[in-house]
Amino acid sequence: MLESLPKHTNPEEPSKELVPVGLNSATEWRKDRLYVALFLGPSLLILSVFVFWPMLKTMYLSLFLTDNFGHASVFVGFSNYLNLFKNPAYLSSLGATFVYVIAVSILTIILGMVLAVVAQQHLKGIRFFRTLFSSTMGISVSVAAIFWLFAFNPSVGVFAQISQALHLPEINWLADPHFALLAIIMTTVWMNLGFTFLILFGALQQLPSSLFEAAEIAGVSKTAQFFKISLPLISPTLFFVLIVTLIEAFKSFGLIDLMTVGGPNNATNLLVYRVYQDAFLNGNYGLASTESVILTAIIAAITLIQFKLLGKRVSY
Amino acid sequence: MEMNRPVTSETNHGNLKRWGQYALLLVLTVIVLGPFLLGLWTSVMPTAEISKGALWSTHISLDNYITAITTTPILRYLLNSLVISTVTMLFQVLLCSMSAYAFVFLKFRYRKQLFMVFLITMMLPFEAEVIPNFSTVRNMGLLNHYAAMIIPFLTAAFGTFMLRQTFMQMPVELKEAADIEGLSHWQFYSQLAVPYAKISLMTLAAYSFLSSWNQYLWPMLTTFSDNFRPVQDGLRQLQGQESFNNWGMIQASAAIVVIPTLIILFIGQHYFKAGLNEGAVK
Amino acid sequence: MTITLKQLAKKYDESSQPVLKDVSVQINDGEFFVIVGPSGCGKSTLLRMIAGLTSITAGQLTINGQLANDMPPKDRALSMVFQSYALFPFMTVAENVGFGLKSRKLPAAEIENRVKDALAMVNLTEFRLRKPKALSGGQRQRVALARAIASDAKICLMDEPLSNLDAQLRAKMRIELKQLQRNLGLTVIYVTHDQVEAMTMADRVLVLNDRKVQQVDTPVNLYQHPQNAFVAQFFGTPQINLLSADVLGNELVVDSTLHLKLNGNLNVDNKVLVGIRPSDIQIEIGPKNANARVTTVSYLGDQSVISAVLNDTQTIRILADSTISVVVDDLIKITAIEGFDVFDAHSKEFITRQKGDLQHARITSQAY
Repeated sequence: MLESLPKHTNPEEPSKELVPVGLNSATEWRKDRLYVALFLGPSLLILSVFVFWPMLKTMYLSLFLTDNFGHASVFVGFSNYLNLFKNPAYLSSLGATFVYVIAVSILTIILGMVLAVVAQQHLKGIRFFRTLFSSTMGISVSVAAIFWLFAFNPSVGVFAQISQALHLPEINWLADPHFALLAIIMTTVWMNLGFTFLILFGALQQLPSSLFEAAEIAGVSKTAQFFKISLPLISPTLFFVLIVTLIEAFKSFGLIDLMTVGGPNNATNLLVYRVYQDAFLNGNYGLASTESVILTAIIAAITLIQFKLLGKRVSY
Repeated sequence: MEMNRPVTSETNHGNLKRWGQYALLLVLTVIVLGPFLLGLWTSVMPTAEISKGALWSTHISLDNYITAITTTPILRYLLNSLVISTVTMLFQVLLCSMSAYAFVFLKFRYRKQLFMVFLITMMLPFEAEVIPNFSTVRNMGLLNHYAAMIIPFLTAAFGTFMLRQTFMQMPVELKEAADIEGLSHWQFYSQLAVPYAKISLMTLAAYSFLSSWNQYLWPMLTTFSDNFRPVQDGLRQLQGQESFNNWGMIQASAAIVVIPTLIILFIGQHYFKAGLNEGAVK
Repeated sequence: MTITLKQLAKKYDESSQPVLKDVSVQINDGEFFVIVGPSGCGKSTLLRMIAGLTSITAGQLTINGQLANDMPPKDRALSMVFQSYALFPFMTVAENVGFGLKSRKLPAAEIENRVKDALAMVNLTEFRLRKPKALSGGQRQRVALARAIASDAKICLMDEPLSNLDAQLRAKMRIELKQLQRNLGLTVIYVTHDQVEAMTMADRVLVLNDRKVQQVDTPVNLYQHPQNAFVAQFFGTPQINLLSADVLGNELVVDSTLHLKLNGNLNVDNKVLVGIRPSDIQIEIGPKNANARVTTVSYLGDQSVISAVLNDTQTIRILADSTISVVVDDLIKITAIEGFDVFDAHSKEFITRQKGDLQHARITSQAY
């Protein structure tokens, strides 16, 4: 420490008298070392074993053909990747995933926003409705699947009964390649609604009322108030919700396994489901690893954008 | 806004508007809760009538619930999930708060870099790592056991990140006051930092419990018996069996699963609101 | 309980400039010692170095003759009161006061007694079971004080403890704090940015600015004998006038109509700063021989602060009796200056103090 100080601080006094002491950085670090091990060690161990190591292993396996036990057998370089991007089945999976993810995100946010705005009204009993709106948060994937499987059921489901009553053409939602993905989208949006509503509602509630009072005095219409004041102000929250929804949608697996098993005709065979199929049903671990790496790249990219924008927001 | 209006001529208009608002709320509620209410309603109807497509019945009973409880392992599934989610939750709260504490209050070399490493784990989806993780738990001999579903989730980068934000908002002076009194890091962590971050810890607890409760892919890969199978995969099991067309019982099972979580959620929501208010006042 | 600082310096790894250098002072037993300076001058850093919360880069800190540079805070036998009070929101008043004692593993009965006594001393006995958020700002401040009292340490460090209170309460607490310090025989090291607080409470004051100690002295001496222009300007309300002047033989030429006579020659032959307290200036109102024009008048009760522009645009503040009737744009004449300090215009260091009187101020006038 003393070395870093300019020597001329005190020319009269011999430098011996200036004792170079103090809790200098090095000793502070040493003192805390035991605590670092105690506080950080367990988490670091778990993350290393179950996040970092498997990611490296997955990347490694993606460059190999594998045997039935999932061991790397033949090094093939990037040909797993090349083959995947030439494989129409995979490309259609990728396409379906993007359609699904985008539709889910947009619909979730729009519907969540409608609920949040409606729940802002000052009416008697509005608290009860707010609770109801947030309730799908407590509904887990398999329960949601059962409810919606029943609703989509071609013989007893409500959708079938409604179209029967209205003499509309009957749709076998989950068995029709044109509608199965839509059915999964609807179910996912429904599951997302509670959480999205709660977050957006909270953000709207926190806006300072003085802004709206000022707008009211200036004669700004309610609609304009929403688009010109509320929406820009809650845009960080909207962005947060969007990212979370996107990432969760990319990772969808449960609903597909429960409702369509990837079918019909691979119409709902989204990325994670394909990983599962290729690895655990077809035993093609190398290919599945390649698909995993691609999935990771997509999710990492979205998260990175989030971090970037988050950093920007924090800094100003 | 309505209150500021003159009461005289516009009262009728105001009433009409209010009814319109209630109607809108009701419609939205039906849309949001429709599938859920339908499921709940059919769970008390005889399956025979459901199969005929009936939506109304006079034979309302809890028979489906009794069948579900007596003929399926649904309660065992619930217990399994409860054990797995509770243990996961407790450990996540403990380990995340400890690592968050380290990143805020401990000084050590490469602290920034190590935190970046934690952030990076938030970008890596567990779903993309199931293949090597499956080998790992198989090699550890943990397949078909609670441990397989708990150990990988003992900590979480997200929880660490969230609690780090909370600890960073703690005034530095609180730590300085504790230093002057000579509290060790463990004392400061357990006696002061943890109670200070109570609300964030509760939020993380709720979040980690629900995420564990909603796990589907991983338990499906690692459990093969009803003794350890959590409820999400258990319901799939029930559905896949011959009882598939026993709609009444399936709906009753779903209701048995969903009602406890809804109760927890509603109680929790009330608590969080109170907690948030408390946080705002201080 | 004497505390000796010997050439203390602080430098952070990240920056090349030290935030503090060459701080040397001895703080005596039972002294109310104030460290004062503008924000960012390093006064809080200095206090934290004494507390042991911030490491010392160079120099020696001795507490009661013992080298304390590396001593952990808890072994320094001191207590600290923070600006934000550092109260734990989830603890009651009594728990907050006793929390340090508990961690020192004192017997429960002893803790109980000390907490009781401390709370009684700050008149908070009936609030002992409340949470901090249920207290007013002044009461929270007292809890923080009680915590320091309960610790029984003979040295108490205070970091702007009154700055979050409103003006009236602050004035009241100054008196109470000072009494408490005397009754308990505490050595208090008190950091503030408020010169009034420093003047009214301190036995001695250390003035810190620009990383360096400017002056260590009693309040009276700081006001009457400032060692540099900064100290002169820091103390006293309204602020001292610092007018630039040319040295011309044995006269200081502030402007064409205001010359100040010097007692003997100065050893400088360039520009100097003349420090004149607003209360040391006498004026006459009226256009006759005027040499300044009034720009603002601030009424303070029995006195008024008059700002006026000299004819070469330097502004001068004058403290006058409120009975004087003067309005903006009135022309005035400075008739006498009762005394002034001369500072080097470049180094701002004190050069000389002159007892001015009518003879010493030569006021020519024809500007207006």
